[in-house]
Amino acid sequence: MTALPASATIKFVNATIGYDRHPAVHHISTEIRAGSLSAIVGPNGAGKSTLLKAVVGLLRPMGGHIEIGGCARRRIAYLPQQADLERSFPLPVFDFVAMGLWHRRGPFGGFRRADDIAVAEALGTVGLAGFERRTLNTLSGGQMQRVLFARLSLQDSPLILLDEPFNAIDDRTVEDLMAFVLRWRDEGRTVLAVLHDLADVRTYFPETLLIARRLVAHGPTRDVLTPGNLSQARHMTEAWIDAAPYCDDHHTHAA
Amino acid sequence: MSPFDLVQPFADFAFMRRALVGTLILSVTAAPIGVFLLLRRLSLTGDAMAHAILPGAAIGYLLAGLNIYAMSIGAVGAGLLIALAASAVTRLTPLREDASLACFYLISLALGVTIVSLKGSQLDLMHLLFGSVLALDDTTIVFIAFVCSVTLVVLAVIWRALVLECIDPAFLRVVGGQGAWVHLTFMVIMVLNLVAGYQALGTLLSVGLMMLPAATARFWTRTLGALTFLAIASAMMAAFAGLLISYYLSLPSGPAIILVAGSFYLISVLFGPVGGIVTSRLPSRHRIA
Repeated sequence: MTALPASATIKFVNATIGYDRHPAVHHISTEIRAGSLSAIVGPNGAGKSTLLKAVVGLLRPMGGHIEIGGCARRRIAYLPQQADLERSFPLPVFDFVAMGLWHRRGPFGGFRRADDIAVAEALGTVGLAGFERRTLNTLSGGQMQRVLFARLSLQDSPLILLDEPFNAIDDRTVEDLMAFVLRWRDEGRTVLAVLHDLADVRTYFPETLLIARRLVAHGPTRDVLTPGNLSQARHMTEAWIDAAPYCDDHHTHAA
Repeated sequence: MSPFDLVQPFADFAFMRRALVGTLILSVTAAPIGVFLLLRRLSLTGDAMAHAILPGAAIGYLLAGLNIYAMSIGAVGAGLLIALAASAVTRLTPLREDASLACFYLISLALGVTIVSLKGSQLDLMHLLFGSVLALDDTTIVFIAFVCSVTLVVLAVIWRALVLECIDPAFLRVVGGQGAWVHLTFMVIMVLNLVAGYQALGTLLSVGLMMLPAATARFWTRTLGALTFLAIASAMMAAFAGLLISYYLSLPSGPAIILVAGSFYLISVLFGPVGGIVTSRLPSRHRIA
């Protein structure tokens, strides 16, 4: 592993993110500290995944901005939801995991012996040694998640974003994958994960962002996940209203 | 029937040789493009694009007669225009891409037939729609070879990014800056191949040499490399067998090639080892893990 650059930070400055002028989350202002391990929680439709997509650059904020320190956008390691993958594509596990080395080899670079070894080792550490030639469509949900974690660790990034990493995954796999997350934290990387299971969050994640289309609370997990905050988040206005009035908070959104 | 009968028509007639060379070259690049269309669930897009090139070719024909360059330039232009228009409608309106493609290809087909009828005969129309593989001249073969050479180089260059864009487009957009250029490049080489193909097989059938071999191969293997190789092999066999059948039975040659490719497909649907209807219902012992 190469020496890590100074750990990464994320700063949301009055950021509003959404689709077609309807914000999914608005006026987020807060900061993720370098080397912190934080969870994003909130009800369905709260804008959790949207927030991650904006950090990684897949969505552009409609208003405000997001500053990332200590990590180029292209170097961010991002775990998408499995539904966003086309798993029927007949690609061997090895080739898929090898894409984690894109920052070193790019679209054209040749693979060296050391790269082959790195990929095999990454597969070994997630408990899938010997799966190199299997194709993605033969994997179970848990195995696929392990494969994605192998790719993440090859990306060797100072900033790791996980979108629902433990959804529909059995307890043992969650434990194994959580060990990875904790190791990344110990190595000084900044980790930000969207999670559903509040028990997991309380056990493993020192910091939490609670959002419900806006920031409800952010800080140490036990101060954030209070009954008061959680019920406030639950009562957020759901979804998309076609004729919703324009927002007049603080600043107007860029069109 | 002796083995000699399999080569004799090609030995005797130059037009048969040219037809064989043209379709074999086409197979090398049309089939891999078909594999990607299949894996990206864009089969219908290929079909729509094939129709979309007709009005462009027809305008070229109207201005310059049966001139391969004029018609090809028109065809490529129309193909790219329709591709952009269809994706614009998808992005800017609630209509889904498959619906907007279907609309555009119906319009293109009607427009193309109308334009050809302004000047040409029924024969010219048949030539455009169904091609005339037995009338390939040297210029056309050189054109096909040129397009296919370019395609091979482009495919080799974008292969890794193209695979990644199929499986995990978000990842490519993050690590590669953005993935749009990959998709766009792929669409361009697809249109180029359809334009090369319609000289031989016509605008309606040229997509057949893309999709049928790719769909056939899907029933025989699970890996991308083997899939590509099998698709090419099956396209080549269809070209060879189709030309022979058309020679001995006096059938139209373009449709004969596509029919052979189609019968390979139907046989594979039934008996292919990977998910064939009959094969997957045979009793089989399972392993313990």
